[in-house]
Amino acid sequence: MNLPHPLARSLVTVRKGPFFIDLGVAACALAAFFAVVSTGVYWFQKPMPVVPISSSVSVLPLYAFYSIVRMIIAYFLSLAFAVTYGYIAAYNARVEPWMIAVLDILQSIPVLSFLPPVVLAMVALVPGHQLGIEMAVIFLIFTGQSWNLAFSFYTSLKTIPREMLEASRIYRYSAWQRFWQLEMPFSAIGLVWNSIVSVAGGWFALIFCETFTMGARNFQLPGLGSYIQTATNGGDVHALLAGIGAVIVIVVATDQQVWRPLIAWSDKFKFEQVESADEVKSPILELIRHSKICQTLPGKIWSRIEEPLYERLAQTRECRVVKPLDAQAGKTSPVLYALAAAGALAVCWAAAQAILMLKSVTLADLRLLLEGAAATFLRVNAALLISAAWTIPVGVAIGLNLRLARVVQPVAQIMASVPATAFFPVLLIGLVKLGGGLGIGSIALMLLGTQWYVLFNVIAGAIAIPSDLREVASLYHFTRWQRWTKLILPGIFPYLITGMVTASGGAWNASVMAEYSHVQGATLQTIGLGAQIDAATDSGSFSMLLMATMMISLMVVTMNRLVWRRLYRLAETRFKLES
Amino acid sequence: MQETAATNPALEAPPATDVIIRAEGIEKYYAQPSQNRIQVIAPTDLSIVPGEILALLGPSGSGKSTMLRMLTGLSTPSAGQVFWHGTPIHEAEINVSIVFQSFALFPWLTVLENVEAPLQARGVAPAERRERSMRMIDMVGLDGFEAAYPKELSGGMRQRVGFARALVVEPEVLFMDEPFSALDVLTADNLRSELLELWTKKTMPTKAVFLVTHNIEEAVLLADRIIVLGRNPGRIRTDFPVHLPHPRDRKAEAFTQLVDYIYKVLTRPDVAPAAAPGQPGAVRDQRQMGYQMLPHARPGGIAGLLELLLDRGGRDDMYRLADDLAFEIDDLLPIVDAAQLLGFLKVEEGDAVITPSGEEFANSEILRQKELFRNAALENVLLLRQIRRALDAKSDHTVREDFFLDLLDEQFSEEEGQRQMDTAVTWGRYGEIFDFDAARRRFVLPDALDEEIAAGEDAS
Repeated sequence: MNLPHPLARSLVTVRKGPFFIDLGVAACALAAFFAVVSTGVYWFQKPMPVVPISSSVSVLPLYAFYSIVRMIIAYFLSLAFAVTYGYIAAYNARVEPWMIAVLDILQSIPVLSFLPPVVLAMVALVPGHQLGIEMAVIFLIFTGQSWNLAFSFYTSLKTIPREMLEASRIYRYSAWQRFWQLEMPFSAIGLVWNSIVSVAGGWFALIFCETFTMGARNFQLPGLGSYIQTATNGGDVHALLAGIGAVIVIVVATDQQVWRPLIAWSDKFKFEQVESADEVKSPILELIRHSKICQTLPGKIWSRIEEPLYERLAQTRECRVVKPLDAQAGKTSPVLYALAAAGALAVCWAAAQAILMLKSVTLADLRLLLEGAAATFLRVNAALLISAAWTIPVGVAIGLNLRLARVVQPVAQIMASVPATAFFPVLLIGLVKLGGGLGIGSIALMLLGTQWYVLFNVIAGAIAIPSDLREVASLYHFTRWQRWTKLILPGIFPYLITGMVTASGGAWNASVMAEYSHVQGATLQTIGLGAQIDAATDSGSFSMLLMATMMISLMVVTMNRLVWRRLYRLAETRFKLES
Repeated sequence: MQETAATNPALEAPPATDVIIRAEGIEKYYAQPSQNRIQVIAPTDLSIVPGEILALLGPSGSGKSTMLRMLTGLSTPSAGQVFWHGTPIHEAEINVSIVFQSFALFPWLTVLENVEAPLQARGVAPAERRERSMRMIDMVGLDGFEAAYPKELSGGMRQRVGFARALVVEPEVLFMDEPFSALDVLTADNLRSELLELWTKKTMPTKAVFLVTHNIEEAVLLADRIIVLGRNPGRIRTDFPVHLPHPRDRKAEAFTQLVDYIYKVLTRPDVAPAAAPGQPGAVRDQRQMGYQMLPHARPGGIAGLLELLLDRGGRDDMYRLADDLAFEIDDLLPIVDAAQLLGFLKVEEGDAVITPSGEEFANSEILRQKELFRNAALENVLLLRQIRRALDAKSDHTVREDFFLDLLDEQFSEEEGQRQMDTAVTWGRYGEIFDFDAARRRFVLPDALDEEIAAGEDAS
């Protein structure tokens, strides 16, 4: 598979599916929301203790450790989920369109708007308040990470060359052998790149989740996010800097010690038959490769497990008979139909309940929400325009200068994965000091997180403009205007769109936190859908919360369908540089 | 061990005990929503017996790869059945291998691991696995490359790995799907003769070889029996044994005669071969062909062929033409078919003969050539004529591509329909019959597009 845009979130999926599938999925989402909220309300009356968060620098390593553990658990959960989900979707023609529609919608919904109900539900379900919040946070990071991983795995499975599949059939591979020798290796590169994006998104959400408050209730967890928040509220500059420094150190260290070795290692799974010249190098991988123990020990242990398994598998029918690739799916049993019908009924009922809950939304509320939606929409697009406005000239200038690009690009890549949430408190204090409102300030907050994606992709696009085209431009003395309109802008278009799609997702997500904040005892807020979500959370008004969440999801999905998907298709067809 | 289970068919099958794989009336068709169906392969009987190399030869679109996949159990026939030593193939434990055109090696496994993998699937213990694999790697001449990754090897060496992997399971039948067509001429030659040597000296642990190819010489060089397939739908045109002794000499009279004979069969698809006996009639439910099948040739290729032919006095042997151009039949046939369709050329007794209009075409300069091409295409190609008429009839002079694709889908599979459309677009653009706006997927009259551009320039 060809992965030209490493930091692309596969937001824009091309799929065919009837409209009713979307409706069904929407109903499922409503039903899920209702289930979550009704369990949450049950708990809502109970009192709860608050964990004191220290702002002493000496606890920082411990807090960092907590955050990292949360991250790791959430990541591996997402990976396991993604692989299972992708596998089932790819090999079951009947459920495939449904599962892909679900993925498509879920990955465009801003995760953070689900935080309040999920926290409440988890705390209600799990005995022990602390554990409940932990699980809620992990669950939320998980939901932020798993969709694009699942999608990547699914598309990889679908693009395995036919002859490879035929080879695995004719040589009578078991499903186990096929998974480890064909499907996993073939998907490895996509999974690695998407993991990088996922984990970056995970940090963003984690830091926000750790500082979550709801009305008078405080759901803070000891971790980097709450540390930064506490330091900000206490006005402790040293602690604040230390906290932010810790976040950056962790991100850079992850990049150097986890992702780079992984990328270098995954190079062997490249499905091209020629060896490529430029490789990512990683000293750590070299170290591991040269260590005798690391080389032989895992293999020995693995074969201990594997060999008996293969011997047993070889006796099964699966390994003795060649199965046709175009086998028709068998008849579904009536039990399955009954189950599906029952499930559909339950979903309808719960969705109806959720809609009934909306009754309490007054007309005034609705107007407020619509105004908020318009304001947030404008703000998100303003943030996108501003990031495009500065990153295009700068990115192109960097990208056309190869020496500079080699230095800047990795930095931009790392900047894109530093969670903007860590900087929010600082920016907020600045805003308070300057006396500016959040109206403009929230745009700045969105920019903080989104512009790096665009910059990174524009640089990549400028690098990818073939040098012979550039030579043609200078040979025929293109004017500056011609150069930009005929060469540079079309050349970077696919990359720019990729960056913008990712940035737009990030900006919507950021709106939830950027439009409403508690800083140093004061509440900063502006008109916006994100602010409405937060305000509804603070006052425990679930009908408003549901309404606002529905609106934000609807807007994102519509934007994706109407604008981004079309632009993406254009980028894929007309502006694709054939290599 | 489990291989032996199925190799004792003496009890069940009547006289033809030796037959390893037998296909009875297998066919392939796609059902269309509108009742009629697209026949890809007509009902066919075929059997693979021990001791022979069987070559399946045919132009592209004759379904030879599909045939191979049905015979190996990778694809289920729409009707009919395949038997492995008398048992239906999906109940039998078959022991075959395929050598693929694209090699289909796993790039993340080393040469040794690639060869070992099929044995692993059969539960062979590690030590024995290694030993058998190493022996096979030695046999194909890859000694010393066990630890290399496929991408470090040349194409020919990769296909050797493909052979080693196929042979390591000691298959009863070795299937080969155009195994040499991704290789350069010299490498392919070399590999072919080595394969033949392994086969004739019985070093190779297989009972029969089934070769799918579109290379006539390759088939005549290797096979003991050749089956020639025809197109629309795929069917057996002729089936004959080759009695030439190995090694065969390409220059020998008997050899070239055989090649020439196959050319004649292939270039006269209209002459019906003797009907296969014992066929249940009226299975083909195909609606009468509305559109002719456009050969996928470029106008430039047609012009080139005609000019070459004119250079040689307007008539030449097809076999010589292909040989001189270093073309295989898959390269040459579409061009010949296209020229024939346009009335520029005729095929007589395996010779290509230029017609007067073809002569005029070849002698003209480019603009006149386009005009002649346009006239010939509009006269002879229904699809192009229809597109042009639709464009003329509509007031805005544009028509969506989908409209014609739907019509084509009635008659061709979706994939072939799109290919037909692509070829039609190439021809139409060349002959200035219409223009095609690829961004909007619409056909446009050439003048209409000019006007649009002019309007756009005025506006800016």
